[in-house]
Amino acid sequence: MADIRHIIHLVSKDLLIELRSKEILLSMIIFSLTIILIFNFTYDIGIQAVQRHTPGLLWVAFIFAGTLGLNRSFMREYENGRMEGLLLCPVSRGSIYIAKLVGNVIFMMIIEMVSLPVMVVLLNLDIIKFIPMLFLLLVLGNIGFASVGTLFSAISLHTRSRELMLPIMLFPVTIPVILAAVKSTAFLLNAKPLAEIMPWVRILIGFDLIFTTLCSFLYKYVVED
Amino acid sequence: MIIVDKIEKYFGSQRVLRNLSFKISKGEHVSLLGSNGAGKTTLVKILATLLKPSNGSASIAGFDLLEKADKIRSCIGVVSHQSYLYQDLNAVENLRFYGKMFDVAKLDQRIDDVLQSVNLFHRRFDMVRIYSRGMLQRLLLARALLHRPPVLLLDEPLTGLDVSSRDMFNQFIENLKTHKVTLLSASHDIEHAIHQSDRVLILKDGSLVLDKLSLHITSQELKENLR
Repeated sequence: MADIRHIIHLVSKDLLIELRSKEILLSMIIFSLTIILIFNFTYDIGIQAVQRHTPGLLWVAFIFAGTLGLNRSFMREYENGRMEGLLLCPVSRGSIYIAKLVGNVIFMMIIEMVSLPVMVVLLNLDIIKFIPMLFLLLVLGNIGFASVGTLFSAISLHTRSRELMLPIMLFPVTIPVILAAVKSTAFLLNAKPLAEIMPWVRILIGFDLIFTTLCSFLYKYVVED
Repeated sequence: MIIVDKIEKYFGSQRVLRNLSFKISKGEHVSLLGSNGAGKTTLVKILATLLKPSNGSASIAGFDLLEKADKIRSCIGVVSHQSYLYQDLNAVENLRFYGKMFDVAKLDQRIDDVLQSVNLFHRRFDMVRIYSRGMLQRLLLARALLHRPPVLLLDEPLTGLDVSSRDMFNQFIENLKTHKVTLLSASHDIEHAIHQSDRVLILKDGSLVLDKLSLHITSQELKENLR
């Protein structure tokens, strides 16, 4: 119970700071919109091509923007020794990890809520009837990507070229979650039956459960001596 | 209150602390002196549970450093030259966040009390980013005392402070004696260490070379051991 309370306070603190500084969200949103606009104006794609390419474009924009946010989320804690300040609190290291993960997922969801309508307008997508399922896929995909990303962003802070190291470490490990997210989104937007989508959703759920548990356990070895 | 037993610390093959043993009683104020690289900060970080000793053991308030690190964190306050504070939050928001992390009871009242005691109450709604170095250090002290810790660990807390801020900080630390707070303060300031503490420990190349009551220390001993 105390852990949940601590997680809520940690997430609230991160959201309040972000609300004031807009340091992470603004860069993520601009980055995501830029990718979408470049794709839109580079290719004059027809309806069939839109259906084929949109899921990939969607996740490329969200994952690259998400990587940008992951890079910044822990950097903020390491400025002025704030990470030491957190580690001096009688709070489990797993709680700090989960709070950072929740914060990163919220940031990714916010950029997706901003970017998705732009994409719908530019690519003339009809997603109204898919919204609940698409929301579920976004949440699962974000958790899977951010679970590994949150741990790796803490590791990359101890390396020399930290902003380069994060994608190098992160993308190979998250291939299953990216693949499952793109495939399930593609099936959804092409109005395939639920039976075809569910195997990919199960992969997403499995990845989320395994990596969130594993990373919350491993996190203390990253931040402690 | 603090028991250090044969502690050693290695960074790779480098031995930073060598077989350190000492005890600090409840309410005692002890200064830890030594030249740069003597191992003062490493020792404070070990006692603050931020580093683990390579060998040996230690306990604070009866809790073993390795077994009960969480319990130790609840009963220590740490002030270092790092600020630990969030620039985009004001003083009250910073203290409220840390107070919630420490599960401090009647938090709002406690925040007002500590801010008044470090003379920052009138600036409590200012963003920390506009605080001067002296104000930051006083706010850090307020943060360290928020959960009423019986043990305070200071790591060169006066670094970068001007004379008036130093005086205010020292006066505050002096007042802690009446509250029976046990204090271990790593410092370069010999004069301050001799005058303000009950006992002085001197580290040299990671070894404890002097452990003596402040009243009995001679300038010759200081000169020899701090060379």
